[in-house]
Amino acid sequence: MGVTMDPLLETSAADKARVEKLPTTPSAGSDVKLRAINLNFYYGKMQALYDISLDIATNRVTALIGPSGCGKSTFLRTMNRMHEMVRHARAEGQILLDNEDALAMEVSELRRRVGMVFQKSNPFPKSIFDNVAYGLRINGLRGKGTLKEAVERSLVRAALWDEIKDKLNKSAYALSGGQQQRLCIARALAIDPEVLLLDEPCSALDPIATAKIEELLFELKNSCTIVIVTHNMQQAARVADSTGFFLLGKLIEFNETGIIFRTPAKKETEDYITGRFG
Amino acid sequence: MNLRTVWRNAVNAVMLSLTGLCTLVAVSVLFLILGYLLWNGAGSVNWAFFTQLPKPVGEKGGGMANAIVGSGKLLLIACLTGVPIGFMGGVYLSEFGGKTFSFMVRYMTDLLNGVPSIVMGIFAYTMVVLPMKHFSALAGGLALGVMMIPIAVRSTEEFLGTVPMSLREGALALGATRWRAIATVVVPAAIRGILTGVILDIARVAGETAPLLFTAFNNRFWSSGFDQPTASLPVMIYTYAVAPYDDWHRQAWAAGLVLLGLVLVTNIVARVVLARKISIAAG
Repeated sequence: MGVTMDPLLETSAADKARVEKLPTTPSAGSDVKLRAINLNFYYGKMQALYDISLDIATNRVTALIGPSGCGKSTFLRTMNRMHEMVRHARAEGQILLDNEDALAMEVSELRRRVGMVFQKSNPFPKSIFDNVAYGLRINGLRGKGTLKEAVERSLVRAALWDEIKDKLNKSAYALSGGQQQRLCIARALAIDPEVLLLDEPCSALDPIATAKIEELLFELKNSCTIVIVTHNMQQAARVADSTGFFLLGKLIEFNETGIIFRTPAKKETEDYITGRFG
Repeated sequence: MNLRTVWRNAVNAVMLSLTGLCTLVAVSVLFLILGYLLWNGAGSVNWAFFTQLPKPVGEKGGGMANAIVGSGKLLLIACLTGVPIGFMGGVYLSEFGGKTFSFMVRYMTDLLNGVPSIVMGIFAYTMVVLPMKHFSALAGGLALGVMMIPIAVRSTEEFLGTVPMSLREGALALGATRWRAIATVVVPAAIRGILTGVILDIARVAGETAPLLFTAFNNRFWSSGFDQPTASLPVMIYTYAVAPYDDWHRQAWAAGLVLLGLVLVTNIVARVVLARKISIAAG
């Protein structure tokens, strides 16, 4: 898929064909990478998630959609426990990563295995090289040669290498918005995460930069399980194998993307998708 | 134009000129001081002032080399004690402190900031001079160091507060511990502001006289090490200015000019060095 004048139309056509070949249940035919079981989430006394149970399949793209405040980002952040930064926030229930209890795991170990890319690109005030090398360095990787190699590999995976290979020592802030977001993806990829969580990664980007990132997700899912929160339903339709619809802290429906968008089982899902509310 | 409009315009004009006038006064005071210092002191600033010891009363010439070095020593001790404590405290308040606790500590550092400097002198006198049984650079440096703490805490806290939450999240999401994220991402992002705060802090205590009067005391000769009475520029200014000799008055003016000059030069050099270092990091 190349960058075209109208990437939206281009991809949804290609996507329809692909979706039709998929099995009917989201996790059939592939292993479960991440599993949420009866997950309840509270900000102090306010409950934000109700009894969420959800299987994320290995090496697939799973999209979470729903109106603002529906809990999809909260759910995403619970999967690598970023919610622990928030005072009085607590998760009850279970999250399993390869059948290991993610909520009981050493948190830095969990985050090394489950990487995250945020809504607003957040490069560190360092050089491009040091940004990508950051995760490697804090995980104890030393040696110029090894670091250089790993940085190059990550930038290639994030489809950024050709654009910036001559300015690795320049500040990351010198890059464009789309490049910064791909730099953040490269930074997350550098430590070889098994799962990559993306929290509305394209909401601040123009359509061309968005198309590049979506293209990238297709490549990445060969080596990585991807969960993406998005406000943009076309985006979910384009990139995701499975889609979950959240509303008011509940998971209303979770199924293969084609089914969610063409023949949703629940009225709420249909109303949201056809734009009747949200 | 009715009366009301005339009245409004008049009030407007008066208030505008009044605020303008006050701004002019505020700025001109600085230039007045600078000009007065230059007028009175410039003539007595010469090479000997920086290289020679004070001469006995009646002898012409001499300098304040010992006081310049002494001020440097005192500030060194002050920085070594006040800056790490203030900086680490500021990091704790900004990154780890709970709401109520942070509020209390913040309030108390403001109080500490308001403690009269002579009281700091008495404190250091009791804590250091009395047990050691003599005045020392150490006692004076510690008194200045304690004075540096509140501003170091507040400026560290304030500048760390301006670092966007997304940078902390970015580092934590890569598996960094909180301390690692703070040390490698958050503090470097705010380092320019923090260091500027520290420089202002140094400039502020560099001119303190009261806490040194009965801690570092004074010395007309070189003092070796840190456990002897030590001369400093502010105390020299005080001693020379209240003495009844014209020659000493001139030297006091010179000392004032040199003190101001040294503070300015440190300030400018630090900013230039910082700007260069940061531009490498942030482009």
